[in-house]
Amino acid sequence: MNRSEAKVSEGEGRGVGGGEEGRGVGARVELYEKIWMWGAAGLVVVFIGAVVYTAAAGAVHPPSHVETIDPQTARTDPRFASPGVTERPDGTVEVVLLAQMYAFLPTEIRVPAGRPVTFRMTSPDVIHGFQVVGTNANAMVMPGYVTEFTVTFPQPGEHLIVCNEYCGLGHHVMHGKLVVEGEAP
Amino acid sequence: MSADRSGALPTARTTLEPRVGAPAASPSYRLELANLSVAVAAFGVGAAMAVMQALSRANLALPLRSPGVYYLSVTAHGVLMALVFTTFFIMGLGYVVLRAALGRDLVSERLGWISFWVALAGTAAATAAILSGTSSVLYTFYPPLQAHPAFYIGAALLVVGSWGWCVVMVRTYRHWRRDNPGTAIPLPVHGMLATVIIWLLATVGVAAEVVLLLIPWSLGLRETVDPVLARTLFWWFGHPLVYFWLLPAYVVWYSVLPRVAGGRLFSDPLARLAFVLFILFSTPVGLHHQFLDPGIPAGWKLAHTVSTYVILFPSFLTAFTVIASLEVAGRLKGAAGWFDWITKLPWSDPLYSSVALAMLTFAVGGFGGAVNAAYAMNAMVHNTAWVQGHFHLTVGTAAALTFMGTSYWLLPRLTGKELRFKGAAQVQPYLWFAGMVMFGVVNHVTGIMGMPRRLYEASYVGAEAAARWSEWTAISAVGGVVLFVSAMLYIAVMVGTWLWSKPGAAPAIEFAEPLSPLREDRGVWDRLGLWTILAIALVAIAYFYPIGQLLRTERFGSPGFRPF
Ligand code: HEM
Ligand SMILES: [Cu+2]
Ligand SMILES: [Cu+2]
Repeated sequence: MNRSEAKVSEGEGRGVGGGEEGRGVGARVELYEKIWMWGAAGLVVVFIGAVVYTAAAGAVHPPSHVETIDPQTARTDPRFASPGVTERPDGTVEVVLLAQMYAFLPTEIRVPAGRPVTFRMTSPDVIHGFQVVGTNANAMVMPGYVTEFTVTFPQPGEHLIVCNEYCGLGHHVMHGKLVVEGEAP
Repeated sequence: MSADRSGALPTARTTLEPRVGAPAASPSYRLELANLSVAVAAFGVGAAMAVMQALSRANLALPLRSPGVYYLSVTAHGVLMALVFTTFFIMGLGYVVLRAALGRDLVSERLGWISFWVALAGTAAATAAILSGTSSVLYTFYPPLQAHPAFYIGAALLVVGSWGWCVVMVRTYRHWRRDNPGTAIPLPVHGMLATVIIWLLATVGVAAEVVLLLIPWSLGLRETVDPVLARTLFWWFGHPLVYFWLLPAYVVWYSVLPRVAGGRLFSDPLARLAFVLFILFSTPVGLHHQFLDPGIPAGWKLAHTVSTYVILFPSFLTAFTVIASLEVAGRLKGAAGWFDWITKLPWSDPLYSSVALAMLTFAVGGFGGAVNAAYAMNAMVHNTAWVQGHFHLTVGTAAALTFMGTSYWLLPRLTGKELRFKGAAQVQPYLWFAGMVMFGVVNHVTGIMGMPRRLYEASYVGAEAAARWSEWTAISAVGGVVLFVSAMLYIAVMVGTWLWSKPGAAPAIEFAEPLSPLREDRGVWDRLGLWTILAIALVAIAYFYPIGQLLRTERFGSPGFRPF
């Protein structure tokens, strides 16, 4: 079978056909194509430039720490045996946290305003999320891995912490509280 | 060859002889209808579950409401909508496009039927597993949540069935190519083959995840699974999946919409360039779904971010080409001035209005996507209701509403039956759009406020922040009801046409002609084999190192959990 079996026909009286008129239109089409292509490509380059620039210059990176842990013994692992907030000698604050069905341990976290706070978290069961509502502190907590990231909360206040990854029938009640203490700058 | 294509409009449009009395012009129409009807059925069931979910999230009392039912329902809705409705629709549409635009019957229609039954059996197994309550793992099935083995086996069969579809598509094209060496590929076929190639590249990831990790693990043959490895393989599949949904919609935008609107395709080469870019860049981007995962170094996340923005480019091209094509249509109908052409377009034609509204919605959804992909901004919205708003605008409307519109156009052409309940078909797209504006906007807003997705109810035992977003959820519930009404009108038109319309002459399946004269021969954009090889190389670069590094790390897997 070949193409001739499929009837290829001209546009029935639709106005624009091939021929002279078609060629004129063709030239204009090409011009518009070019303008648009370069414009769109420029926009894409700007986007990429912005992302790469902020990543490189401002060191803005999502939490990407690589450290593993056996989830089946995470609760007794020395790194996570006593969840809570500690002050390090250099003045920064460390929060060790377990995310498990269906609570964060500890459930309430108190950190000082205006100082870098490093969160270290893992899960002894399924995947959870850790999101401090009203901030951009947001990370996945996965069994077998340690999530680590550092944020500074400039303003004192109270924030709801929610689990934002489905973790079972109690997912929608899994929450905690973050209290940022200190005076407003 | 070129002699009988002297009109300078080759590939342009193919008219199939309408056969009076006979329901369709090709023997494969039954296969096409079989695929399309599974899609419509899955859509109907998925929509019924969805309205209940939207009401539940607004904390409205419903009979039988419980977390168990909710998460079961979200699993069923996600699987039926995102995986079953789309895949079957695309398989049906793919067959139609190929045989109509190439003007020949499908090669190995038998394999098409076998694939159909395999995919259907897989769907039935997975659906049964979900309904039994043993597999409420959601459509992303992240371990260590563990489903019944039938869920994973069913998913695998659905994928295997779709591979059979790919074989039929490629073989049909190859036979045509053998008889037409050197001819340009008809544009809609070009787009459909791009879809096939992307699907094959994508499903490697999920097949590896399901067959090597999840099936043995759920059968107890393997004790643990590493969730990060599983998620990486899932998103290898999960992002190109988006383009698997979108490209067939683009085929309709490029090749059917301008035709129905009475215009021409503005630029054929730009459309081909867009499809080729999709082949190259839709897979090496998956890590942008894992920005906030531990265990993956930041450098690779950044690399995937760059390709994510590259893939915006072909969507920009598409927007330009399609809108320009519509302007051409309006001007051919005598529009003058700057915007007069918009009013000349056939807004009461259900294909036209569906697709036009789908495109409008996609413009907003695409903007949201650029935010999601921004390496740093992502943390504001990751796993919040924003994401749910985003994909209901994109797959849930840009793709789904296009498919609904396409079925209004296709069903009469396949069966020779005139649409029943035309009025319903005319208002349905507008209702969907209205419902989606409410549902989509509210989810974006509450997401920015911090409300998580995948939530039975959102009050967090009276927390203050939750009170703020709860004020909004009622609006999205109303949106959900409007969407549901729209979905049921669609089902009514489909079923009504199927059952109560007498077959007559089937209108021809015709595609839009390009405005600028098309080159006769096979240009560089038609070298699909070459582009596929390059695409494989890009996938290898994007994944070889991150996955290799994971495998080299000392990792501890996780046993399964069934907290549902
Ligand atoms: C009848 C109209 C629809 C309504 C009212 C609706 C509503 C919803 C709701 C309320 C959720 C659950 C959100 C959550 O708890 O996170 C949801 C999830 C979802 N919907 Fe829809 N939806 C509709 C149509 C669609 C369509 C057409 C598609 C795709 C083709 C789709 C794809 C999805 C997906 C993939 C999920 C995610 C499930 C998950 O997070 O696991 N929906 N929808
Ligand atoms: Cu959780
Ligand atoms: Cu959760």
